[in-house]
Amino acid sequence: MAWTDKEPMVSIRDVHKSFGALEVLKGVSLDVMKGEVICIIGPSGSGKSTLIRCVNALNDIQSGSIKVEGQEVNDPHLNKLELRKKVGMVFQQYNLFPHKNALENIMMAPLLVLKDNKVEVEKLARSLIKKVRLEGKEESYPGELSGGQQQRVAIARSLAMNPDVMLFDEVTAALDPETVNEVLLTIKELAQDGMTCILVTHEMGFAKEVADHIYFTDRGVIVEHGPPTEFFEQAKDPRTIEFLGQIL
Amino acid sequence: MNNRSQKILPVIMPVMMAPKARPDDRFRLQRWHGFALVAVLITASIPAFAATDPARASMFEVLQRWMPLLLKGFVFNIIISISAMAIGTVAGAVLGLGQISLIAPVRKISWLITQFFRNAPWLVLLFFAMFLLPFELKIFGLTIPLPDWLKAMFGLSLPVMANVSEIVRGGVMSLPSGQWEAAESLAFSRQQTLWRIILPQCVKRMLPPWMNLYSILTMATVLASIVGVSEVMTLTGQALAAEGGRSDLLIPFYSFVLFLFFIYCYPIARWTVRLEKKFAVIT
Repeated sequence: MAWTDKEPMVSIRDVHKSFGALEVLKGVSLDVMKGEVICIIGPSGSGKSTLIRCVNALNDIQSGSIKVEGQEVNDPHLNKLELRKKVGMVFQQYNLFPHKNALENIMMAPLLVLKDNKVEVEKLARSLIKKVRLEGKEESYPGELSGGQQQRVAIARSLAMNPDVMLFDEVTAALDPETVNEVLLTIKELAQDGMTCILVTHEMGFAKEVADHIYFTDRGVIVEHGPPTEFFEQAKDPRTIEFLGQIL
Repeated sequence: MNNRSQKILPVIMPVMMAPKARPDDRFRLQRWHGFALVAVLITASIPAFAATDPARASMFEVLQRWMPLLLKGFVFNIIISISAMAIGTVAGAVLGLGQISLIAPVRKISWLITQFFRNAPWLVLLFFAMFLLPFELKIFGLTIPLPDWLKAMFGLSLPVMANVSEIVRGGVMSLPSGQWEAAESLAFSRQQTLWRIILPQCVKRMLPPWMNLYSILTMATVLASIVGVSEVMTLTGQALAAEGGRSDLLIPFYSFVLFLFFIYCYPIARWTVRLEKKFAVIT
């Protein structure tokens, strides 16, 4: 049956994931509708990053189901490349390709993977550079850019594949405080454009502002979730209250 | 991050000092080192001078007479080293990529071959090549002679291959896993990731150890003298024998051979150090 956007774009059901004897996800379920922005928060080691890395099959899972636009990810015959064309990902450490300049970083995937026309791709890349406010930095190599600038190139690089959903893995955690805001602003604009986003973040203020739904995870399970106002003001679980108490 | 106005913590001082204290800087060769070396050589030859019968040709005249032949031999060493390096590099690159293959049998066999040839003495491998390879090859009725120097070249390319294989594997492994993940999440295939993202970054890192290996190989080419290839050491021995085994000639002749290798290998070593510094990972 074909997937329609009335159904969740990403549907995670009872996912279990272990690294050897260590079980990091112990039955996690959540849904993300098209155009929705969800934030996953929680103490380090609670399995947040692992969870989103499972969505684009960077990590495999032991049991449960992850569906992206109706396509099962937990399937040995999964075409990972097709899945990853639909799912963009931005990392904490930017992971730009240091031997390529900003423009080339953005152009590489559409050229090599989608085999798009070079002139079109360059036009797209320049417009994305503009979108993330880095005009004039097209020819700069990653080593010449600040953390915040690199991260914005990384966002543009993912967007160049025209994904349906974007995963953000603690993308501001490695940044200098003064560059955090420029990256958050970029993500906020993206969310306003209607991009479906799953964010793992420690930026509570930001989560409160952009998220449609917030999930709090601890030790491999979702402890509590809800819309931001409800979540931040009427948290019920003692673990959530303790965590928010430490952060805010 | 790099706030210079901040007071420097004592614990990081040794780290900050480290680059200045690098031994290759302090011991960089100066011009006077060359004079010192020559002086030592001449001094060492004085006993030989004293013992020399004035009727015989002086050792410098003898050396001068043999020099063209010795130089020719040395060029042969360089030819062997360059060709062994070329063969070893190509074979080693294939083997190194085999070591990171996703196909388990390929990976294991490549690993085994690499370890076998990397942990074997070069001289033993050279002997194996000399005695295992036939003196001529017959392919489709075509007879290709395999002279000793060609066999020696193959023999020396085996350890080079194994070492290059490890350089390639190590170079690929030294890249942060984030590069793989970023490429994968952009839907790059493994081949695209390897050839477009990983290897271009590794080449720079692999260059210094590769040049180092070449230096070592060049110096190891003299091993071929043991199996009778007419390279510089063999010719030196023959020249000395032709001069009637005069003991006062030993030091000048072998010093000359040392000198040849030194002026060839030292610049390579300097260049390697320069490249190492240039490519030092700053993250």
